[in-house]
Amino acid sequence: MAIDILIAEDEPSILESLDFILRRAGWTISAVTDGDAVLDAVRRLRPRLVVLDVMLPKRSGFDVLKQIRANLELQAMPVLILTAKGQQADRRTAEELGANGFVTKPYANADVVGAVRALLGDDGGTA
Amino acid sequence: MLSADFVIATAVGYVGLLFVLAFFGDRRARANKKSFLHSPAVYTLSISVYCTSWTFYGAVGNAAHSGLEFLTIYLGPTLVFVGWWFLLRRLVRISHNQRITSLADLLSSRFGKSNRLAVLVTCIAVIGIAPYIALQLKAVTSSIQAVAGSSEFGQGSLAGIDDVGLAFGIAAAMALFTILFGTRHVDAKEQHHGVVAAIAFEAVVKLGALLAVGIFVVYAGGGLEPIFRRAAELGVKAPTENTFNDRWLTTLVLSVAAIVCLPRQFQVTVVENSDESHLRVAGWAFPAYMLLMSLFILPIAVFGLSVMPAGSNPDMFALTLPMFYGQSPLALLAFIGGFSSATSMIILESIALSIMVSNHIVMPLVLRFSSSQPSADGQGVSRLLLVARRFSIILILSLGFFYFFFTRDSNALAPIGLISFTAIAQFFPAVLAALFWRDASLKGATSAIAAGFVIWVWCSFLPSFESVSPQVAMLVQHGPWGIAWLRPEALFGLDRLDPLSHAAFWSLTINVLTLTVVSLLTRQSALERIQSTLFVDVFRHGSTPQGNFVRGSATANDLFFVAERVLGDRRAAALFESAARESGVDPDRLEPSSEFIGRLERELAGSIGAASAHVMLSKVVTGSDVSLEEVMQMADETQQVIEYSQQLEKTSAELRSTARKLEDANTQLRELDSQKDEFLSQVSHEVRTPMTSIRSFSEILLDPQGIDDTQRQHFVSTIHQESLRLTRLLDEILDLSALERGERSWDNVPVDAEAALDRALRVCDALLRQRNMQVELGERASATMVEGDADRLCQVFINLVSNAVKYNDSSKPVLRVTSMVRSGSFSVEIADNGPGIPKSERTLIFEKFSRGKQGASDQSGAGLGLAISRQIIARMNGTLELVPGPLSGACFRVRLPVVR
Repeated sequence: MAIDILIAEDEPSILESLDFILRRAGWTISAVTDGDAVLDAVRRLRPRLVVLDVMLPKRSGFDVLKQIRANLELQAMPVLILTAKGQQADRRTAEELGANGFVTKPYANADVVGAVRALLGDDGGTA
Repeated sequence: MLSADFVIATAVGYVGLLFVLAFFGDRRARANKKSFLHSPAVYTLSISVYCTSWTFYGAVGNAAHSGLEFLTIYLGPTLVFVGWWFLLRRLVRISHNQRITSLADLLSSRFGKSNRLAVLVTCIAVIGIAPYIALQLKAVTSSIQAVAGSSEFGQGSLAGIDDVGLAFGIAAAMALFTILFGTRHVDAKEQHHGVVAAIAFEAVVKLGALLAVGIFVVYAGGGLEPIFRRAAELGVKAPTENTFNDRWLTTLVLSVAAIVCLPRQFQVTVVENSDESHLRVAGWAFPAYMLLMSLFILPIAVFGLSVMPAGSNPDMFALTLPMFYGQSPLALLAFIGGFSSATSMIILESIALSIMVSNHIVMPLVLRFSSSQPSADGQGVSRLLLVARRFSIILILSLGFFYFFFTRDSNALAPIGLISFTAIAQFFPAVLAALFWRDASLKGATSAIAAGFVIWVWCSFLPSFESVSPQVAMLVQHGPWGIAWLRPEALFGLDRLDPLSHAAFWSLTINVLTLTVVSLLTRQSALERIQSTLFVDVFRHGSTPQGNFVRGSATANDLFFVAERVLGDRRAAALFESAARESGVDPDRLEPSSEFIGRLERELAGSIGAASAHVMLSKVVTGSDVSLEEVMQMADETQQVIEYSQQLEKTSAELRSTARKLEDANTQLRELDSQKDEFLSQVSHEVRTPMTSIRSFSEILLDPQGIDDTQRQHFVSTIHQESLRLTRLLDEILDLSALERGERSWDNVPVDAEAALDRALRVCDALLRQRNMQVELGERASATMVEGDADRLCQVFINLVSNAVKYNDSSKPVLRVTSMVRSGSFSVEIADNGPGIPKSERTLIFEKFSRGKQGASDQSGAGLGLAISRQIIARMNGTLELVPGPLSGACFRVRLPVVR
């Protein structure tokens, strides 16, 4: 069962807000709350995009991104990085590791939807 | 009965034999360094010049008077030689290193190369030895008279010549003989191998003669035991009962001093020593020799007292006993033995004294009054020295003769010898200080020797003329101007001691006191300090330091001393070491060549200018009248410049150190700054998380399409909760920040800690139940008062319990709480069966914003809880620690001091 977006985010309220705005924009969503669960969920759910928080328990977002890029099967997977530490250093690290987009918390809902739409190249499920 | 002519002819013949021996001995020793003349045996035998006619005749007389007392004269030297390792070895090593030629030279060298001290020592030695030489003249005179049979008892005439004439003849002959013997040439090391060979031969002769007489006496008396028995039967006062009185101690001390300080002993033991290891042999052989010498003294004395007519001179028993029994050849042998003892002493003593007189009195005078420098013509100098020595010998023997002349009525030999011993002993404290006491000063040594000498003249030398001068007798009886406490033999009212002990006691006591006090009160000159180090530390440096006493050329030591002042220690040492390496010798043995002196001058010129360098070096090198001190003064001015630059160096070192401190402070600030960055970044992270939710949900609510009321309600409540979370976070940050600054928002008052724990458990009850957490209550303390704040303490317990709940992912979660009072402290342990805290995180968990990574199902905290709890407990003077717990998970322990 393929979905549109996999969200990896540990803060419950942030996850809820992301889930709501992206669903409302028409995509199908699934979520994990720690770094270890991401790779497994990606293989199982075959999302078209991963929204990845940097500060994840067990395994950091950067680590997960590195794993994805190292995996032949998954290396083409678009990844949107979310971080509360909106620092230049984190952004550079994300770009070097091959992140496709970058959104800083606290985000405007429209920015998240816009970034996802740009990466998926469509108007969501409703389009 | 032997004729006088025969006896005198024998004596002259014997002297001739000695001369031949000395002549060939000298040749042989020069030709062959390995000759037996360089053996320890010859060395030991030559030391036995200590046993003079005083031993040969006087000891018998002494034994007849005072029993075993005569032994003390040999006991002192025995101690010194058995203990050669301590004193003699040091003395010999120093004297070799410094090319010491006499006792006066030794003391002068040690005390800053002072010539004044050398003159003083020489004068005292010459005067002090006069009685000793007189003793030998007297012994020889008496022995000739005795053996020639003109008179045995009292005074008499020899073929019309009285004893004075005889003594004068002997003195003149001795002077001639000594001049022929000892002043044939001048040796740089002042060694006289020929003389030493003759002395060694004489040592054998006198020992053989005395042993022969002793054996004869034992034979004639029918064995030792009968001799003593018969003496007892005859009522002869058996002198074997002996008392260890003050005289014993005195003669022991004096003989210890004498074996070291007597000029002839210093000459044979130290100056003539060609190999330090010979001391090892002499250490036992010389005492053995003295033991053999004294073996038959007592039997001869006792036997003489019992068989000789009353009134016989006991001093002559060794001679008169064989004659009494008609053994003329034995008597002649005994005479030769005694004659040997006397001649060897006179020859060596006057050689040793003449060296002192010529080196320390004549030479300096000649150098002072001859305007020209001592010319390169070394022949002139050594001729001058020889002439000076010859006259010195005549002077010394004349003094001895005059002393003999004035005191000829006094009978016993032994007391005369002890007068000399007391004079010579005045050098001993200074010698010991020279070898062992670093701080002994020139002024101390000079004044000590002078003071001791004055006392000796007054208390010992003067009274010896008592029997010939009524004025002296008056003086001794009543003191000068009738002042009783100045009486020479009862000075300061001390009249319990016998005259010898009295003189020795006062002279040596005042000598030692003066030496100590003056040395402590005066400062040493630079040269004294150098020499004192060379002497006292002679064994520390291992190899032999330099020391070249030839006038007109500088020693490496002197040059180094100047160089060190100008160039500094390190540079000077480097210069000298490289020079030593180039010439392939040990730095200590460096002989400054003219090239080296030139190089040194160039080096010095770099520091003080060419002219000064030249003046300074030429003064040291030519050894002209300018004293080393003056040169030092010049060097000291340079030294001031060096010190100034050293001060500059010190200042810049201080600057460097300040700069380093600033750098350190800067590093610390940077670190604090980066900690602050870290903190801000943590805070911003903690703030952004709730902010993100609030912003996102607010935007959702701003665009309300497709949201039902339930959803709206939910979103608003989330926004509210996140706002609360933000507030809580800010509170915690402020709280922690205050705590970390050491501030406390509460007063520490006695509170019941158990009650606070119970309250915390009640507050957490709902949470525990929600997670189905089983609570085990272990041992609990009764109500316990601690210093603190009840609410804050409760806050800590709540934090610990809720952590235990939040991080516990076990299917059957357990919480175990125990509390107890142990040795004045209350402790609470809160343990769980959760995943525990990995080793890597154990030190981190108390840090700000540190959250357990494992299994946090509820991550709403900011990670400040433990940091705050630890601060709170610390402000209550307690501790919060992670300890190994009773369950599988973590265990936190709070410990607080109990209030009494």
